[in-house]
Amino acid sequence: MTTKYIGKPASRVDGLEKVTGKARYSADFKVEGLTYGFIVSSSIAKGKITSIDSSRALALEGVLQVFTHENVRNLPWFKLRYTDMDAPSGTPFRPFYDNTIRFSMQPVALVIAETFELARYASSLIKVEYDKETYTTSLYKNLSKSFKAPKGKIGYVPPKSRGNADAAYQDAAFKIQAEYKHSAEHHNPMELFSTTAIWDNEKLTVYDKTQGVSNCQFYIGNIFGLAYKDVRIISPYVGGAFGSGLRPQHQLFMAVLAALELKRPVKVGLTRQQMFSFGHRPATLQKLALSASPEGTLESVRHEAYSETSQFENYTEVIVNWSATMYACENVELKYELVKLDTFTPLDMRAPGAVTGVHAMESAMDELAFELKMDPLIFRLKNYTDEDQVNEKPFSSKELVACYREGAEKFGWAARNVEPRSMRDGKNLVGWGVATAAWDANQMPSRAKALLSIDGKLVVSSGTSDIGTGTYTIMTQIAAEILGIAIENVTFKLGDTNLPLAPLEGGSWTAASVGSAVKTVCEDVRKILLKHAVKTKASPFYQYDSTKLQIDSGEIFDPNDSSKGVSVTEIMRLAGVNSIEETSTSGPNPLVGRKYTMNSHAAVFAEVKVDEDLGTVDVTRVVCAVAAGKILNPKTARSQILGGVVWGISKALEEESKLDHQYGRFMNHNLSEYHVPVNKDINDIEVIFVEEKDDVVNPLGVKGVGEIGIIGVAGAIANAVFHATGVRVRNLPITMDKVLQIAEDDRNQVAV
Amino acid sequence: MKQETSTLEIDDPFSNTLPAYTLVNLRINGQTHKLRLQPWVSLLDAIREYIGLTGTKKGCDHGQCGACTVLVDGKRINSCLTLAIMKDGAEITTIEGLADGEANHPLQDAFIEHDAFQCGYCTPGQICSAVGMFNEGRAHTLEDVKELMSGNICRCGAYTNINAAIMEVKAKLENE
Repeated sequence: MTTKYIGKPASRVDGLEKVTGKARYSADFKVEGLTYGFIVSSSIAKGKITSIDSSRALALEGVLQVFTHENVRNLPWFKLRYTDMDAPSGTPFRPFYDNTIRFSMQPVALVIAETFELARYASSLIKVEYDKETYTTSLYKNLSKSFKAPKGKIGYVPPKSRGNADAAYQDAAFKIQAEYKHSAEHHNPMELFSTTAIWDNEKLTVYDKTQGVSNCQFYIGNIFGLAYKDVRIISPYVGGAFGSGLRPQHQLFMAVLAALELKRPVKVGLTRQQMFSFGHRPATLQKLALSASPEGTLESVRHEAYSETSQFENYTEVIVNWSATMYACENVELKYELVKLDTFTPLDMRAPGAVTGVHAMESAMDELAFELKMDPLIFRLKNYTDEDQVNEKPFSSKELVACYREGAEKFGWAARNVEPRSMRDGKNLVGWGVATAAWDANQMPSRAKALLSIDGKLVVSSGTSDIGTGTYTIMTQIAAEILGIAIENVTFKLGDTNLPLAPLEGGSWTAASVGSAVKTVCEDVRKILLKHAVKTKASPFYQYDSTKLQIDSGEIFDPNDSSKGVSVTEIMRLAGVNSIEETSTSGPNPLVGRKYTMNSHAAVFAEVKVDEDLGTVDVTRVVCAVAAGKILNPKTARSQILGGVVWGISKALEEESKLDHQYGRFMNHNLSEYHVPVNKDINDIEVIFVEEKDDVVNPLGVKGVGEIGIIGVAGAIANAVFHATGVRVRNLPITMDKVLQIAEDDRNQVAV
Repeated sequence: MKQETSTLEIDDPFSNTLPAYTLVNLRINGQTHKLRLQPWVSLLDAIREYIGLTGTKKGCDHGQCGACTVLVDGKRINSCLTLAIMKDGAEITTIEGLADGEANHPLQDAFIEHDAFQCGYCTPGQICSAVGMFNEGRAHTLEDVKELMSGNICRCGAYTNINAAIMEVKAKLENE
């Protein structure tokens, strides 16, 4: 037996709690004397509240209070007080700040009552009168007002052009240009956002749904003027988030406000409908122009993106930059502009930017390959690059060619006929598509604590989050292996501001960031143990060279001398220590970042079957081959990729938050009309992790797998639909009407 | 069905008269809970907020996601679409009641083994729904399972693993 766990397909350590209903999510904490809040949402998109009449609600027995902008006082006006770690530039939304309505379904009142049912009923009795103002929610109608996206948001890098794309395009032998449209999308994690706030003994305890407990702690401390140490945010289980938990949401503010005022514990949840009243993936319009030589050398790339943002913040994401790094090309012209609308500020949603930009770029690549009469995979290989041409740096590792090769073999790509409508299965047209994907391999500074007790139990902790990503499990694996003790003796704790500071959980950086901190702190504990082993007189290794010793399965031993050994617990006993506690910080190596560009990559192959009469698209097979460095746990990492592929299928075929411009409101704001895949929609998905060794990206050699699985999927499916039908649908989602080209105004869809 | 009539006057839909409390006996996982409930309390909220069994989840409150699936007299239902007073005396089973003493239900173990969840929020509903599906006896093939499990949304996208877990347990149960 050995305690080598990294890279092994361990089942989730939190699995038992999840399958037995014991895992506690944000709304699952029973508190004595709990009261319930229900939020009243504005019925208009823009204007002023002229009056709010809460009298009928307040007259009900059991209704404790109705909060509105009229009676909420003493909140700070200064916009920085409302900012958070994921806020873009601008002025964050300030709930109950004044009578101005800035977006549809803005919280305008909060009812607190003794029961949930009563709070909900009382909310229906509140009469709000408005002065409506004209508003605008259409991206396409406001393109003339676009402006250059400003800096200011975490992770945003402005695009950089090179060469002369326009001149190259003019002179090129083969060229395409096209416009791609994406609707807004909402994250819709299964768990409804909920917060329970308890004000007790001058201290605030908050159970929240979040991807960053510290983010919420700072936000609440800043707004309500509380010392951070008096604000504890707890979030051990998160029922999905996909980016929606990166910023504090309405219910957090509401629950804390009421708990502080009423001195009673308060639970406030958002309804599914109200979860369409905060951040979303922005609607975009993208214009691409690509050109190539007759031999298939990419000669120019022009990629413009126009993305919505709110009137009060400038949400930015990296949409177009990928088109400058994914293929070798001398002439690249990029543009990224924002358009202000009367909606809420968009928010990072799984693989923000990349999923949007890469779909357009990969579709355009397919269009150009078709013009060239070239296999789209060969076209990609022909323009492959090992250099990041934007920053003129090599990639730290890039096993994309292996992804193409292994993915194509598994899929059977070699049998593909380049002609559209060339394959058939009964009444279905069959199509195969391919796309490439890339994502940043980032690392953020992170802290972790380890506490080894005399009974041999190790508790490692960090204030990070596990939104289903497998953080609990991989951190437990890392800790057990680095220290050399059995995994059953290791517990990992997260989701609590009493634990060491960790970055927001997102961007695929948690494994690298928190994982490196866990590795470092366990190495520290290991060193201390070995020091005791060689400095304790009663130890069999007294006065040994500690660097010659190893720990495995809880035993300290010398690999060159099997005659001696001592257990970890025994050495602690002999040394007279009851516990060893260490806290360490780990962060990215800036030198590495200066020398290399660090990306994960994937190649996605998709098969669709399209009903020729109905235009319905079924994704029958997907092969997703991923190069993401070291895979810490192939079981949970595979699930991450499976989930990413399902998200990609969803983006390609189903998801769309439809704005009713007459009301400025998302009209399909529920799970029956906002379509996400159900079981029946999903067929065979094959995940391949290609071997990729990366010694420089971070101490663990990991790149993260949360985003890379989704990025190429919509492009591969769109390309497969073209291959099946000869119809190029450039507006996502690809619905039956667009495939059949029924709509009069669907001129953007092109048939060959 | 034995239940008392509510005294809520509905001439004015926004009445100041709140619905009267009713005595309800909810039998959950073999245990009887005597509750005083207003008739507007859903079975889901009764289970979660009034009894404190939070394994059953609220994902939409509109019967659109399946997260709140429980078994009532062996039949799977969306507990958010059912009023608690309607289930007086019925045998209700939630995720907390599926285990046989210390031994998990085979589906619980299979879900862990096949990594049939990520965030775990839909999982209680998925497992209860699968038990209900087995009871219905209509699922013969993988295609049947996919169709009959389509009332339970998994936003993390664990469907292929969910199906692998269900098919494995289905085969085991059929061989017994």
